[in-house]
Amino acid sequence: MTKEKKTLNLNFGPQHPAAHGVLRLILELDGEVVEKADPHIGLLHRGTEKLIEHKTYTQAVPYFDRLDYVAPMNQEHAFALAIEKILNLEVPIRGQFIRVIFCEIGRILSHILNVTTQAMDVGALTPTLWGFEEREKLMGFYERVSGSRLHANYFRPGGVHQDLPRGLVEDIAEFCEQFPTIINDLETLLTDNRIFKQRNVDIGIVSKQDALDYSFSGVMLRGSGVAWDLRKSQPYDCYEQLKFKVPIGKNGDCYDRYLCRIEEMRESVNIINQCLVKLPKGPVKTQDAKVTPPAKKELKNSMEALIHHFKLFTEGYRVDKDEIYSSVEAPKGEFGVYLISDGSNKPYKCKIKAPGFSHLQAMDYLIKGHMLADVPAVLGSMDIVFGEVDR
Amino acid sequence: MINLSDLEKKINSELATKIKLSEIKHNQLYLYIECENLIDVLVFLKSSNFTKFRQLVDITAVDYPEENERFKLIYLLLSHELNSRIILSYTINEKEVIPSVTEIFPSANWMEREVFDMYGIKFKDHPDLRRILTDYNFEGFPLRKDFPLTGHNEVRYSEDDKKVIYEPVKLEQNYRNFDYESPWEGTKYIKEISKKND
Repeated sequence: MTKEKKTLNLNFGPQHPAAHGVLRLILELDGEVVEKADPHIGLLHRGTEKLIEHKTYTQAVPYFDRLDYVAPMNQEHAFALAIEKILNLEVPIRGQFIRVIFCEIGRILSHILNVTTQAMDVGALTPTLWGFEEREKLMGFYERVSGSRLHANYFRPGGVHQDLPRGLVEDIAEFCEQFPTIINDLETLLTDNRIFKQRNVDIGIVSKQDALDYSFSGVMLRGSGVAWDLRKSQPYDCYEQLKFKVPIGKNGDCYDRYLCRIEEMRESVNIINQCLVKLPKGPVKTQDAKVTPPAKKELKNSMEALIHHFKLFTEGYRVDKDEIYSSVEAPKGEFGVYLISDGSNKPYKCKIKAPGFSHLQAMDYLIKGHMLADVPAVLGSMDIVFGEVDR
Repeated sequence: MINLSDLEKKINSELATKIKLSEIKHNQLYLYIECENLIDVLVFLKSSNFTKFRQLVDITAVDYPEENERFKLIYLLLSHELNSRIILSYTINEKEVIPSVTEIFPSANWMEREVFDMYGIKFKDHPDLRRILTDYNFEGFPLRKDFPLTGHNEVRYSEDDKKVIYEPVKLEQNYRNFDYESPWEGTKYIKEISKKND
């Protein structure tokens, strides 16, 4: 007599603390072993791409903050770069440095959140408390420069919205000085921790070939040993002038990805330090009056400035007919914008390529044959944020 | 980074008639093909020794409702070895069913599901062509240009029925699409570029 195989269907989410947002995962279990995972996404779908088609280029920028909301400025960067390439805008060098500083702050923000919550998913609570204290400081920098802690809306095609306020450079420098000790503290808690290693080493292994086949990017790709970082291979803004290393993993498991993120935070601090030293004086955004609104004081006595101001905040600026794909190395991987402009003041089509979408797609492949308890560990190491997966 | 025009020449000579048009813009190679050649071209680009476009970055579509061939499909490819990108595109009409590329790139699965969800384009031989981002039982294809921005249905929790209900969208004020675009062409010159900040 053959024993009939019985599987149990388990509904994980959409409200589950380890799902990192609104993920509904239908798991097919044989005992405690996962046979199949079917992620149901889209619970946070807001139709960003449709909305962008109905907004002018200036109005479209804030939508990018709301994608991967733990590192907002990195997303804005991709959109700004796309428009700059079409319009042939030159970003002043100070603007480029400021953008890089804030992109790296975004990277640290995202990696702190990921590393510490991944630790929490497998049972460690302290890293979260320590890490979030640092995130608070970084979001303070966001607030001082843009006026808001999360949805910054700070980058503009052609530069950044405004110059750094007084004293911010010194404060960021001070942060960079003390933050490496916090990374060391986090590492003493986690890197050699027996429980953390038991839960992460050899879990969710991705081979080099599979990482390519499943369109992985960022840490998911580097953790498997592919040396690929857009900041190095296709440098944008002033990354070419900066020296930094790209950490890569060996085994492609959750533990290696954790190690990569820790090292990347160190490199980010290093990059910020270099930027602060090199930070030149000068304008922070392009002086092309057809794209950049005039300064407030000019409005009082220049008719032309007044007209430009009015036109830019009603009609916006027009972007020539073109098609372009531009991408940046966001903390989660390659974040890209495929923009089709038709010569009007609104994008005809703006496709957002979110790294998390491809990563989550591989959930079934990654988790097959693992235990149920490994689901949060794998999900955590993929660094999923639903703002960008669902768009 | 490999010289893109060399790459363009090589691809053109190998694939000859299968490439309708090719151009280099913004440091990216744009290839235009016919739908029936899609599989051949992709297999070649992925496996050939001098192209090595091993990664499919994304698939997307664009809607041009006035045109005969309404949809344009776009495949973004990346080669890590050559450090270059290819943007492959072709047009189809509304009823056409196009071949799925999941056999060549496993990651195409969700990307094609998304295109199906948003534009209603069907893929032949796709293992699991379900909607992906929209709600269960959703009707219509949101990214088509004729789909209204406000949508058709709205969802709320009804205190009377004690459950979530769907009803037609009722707005206090209709969505207003202001046309700010100036009918005049502005001047091309820029009066003076000030060097100082603010």
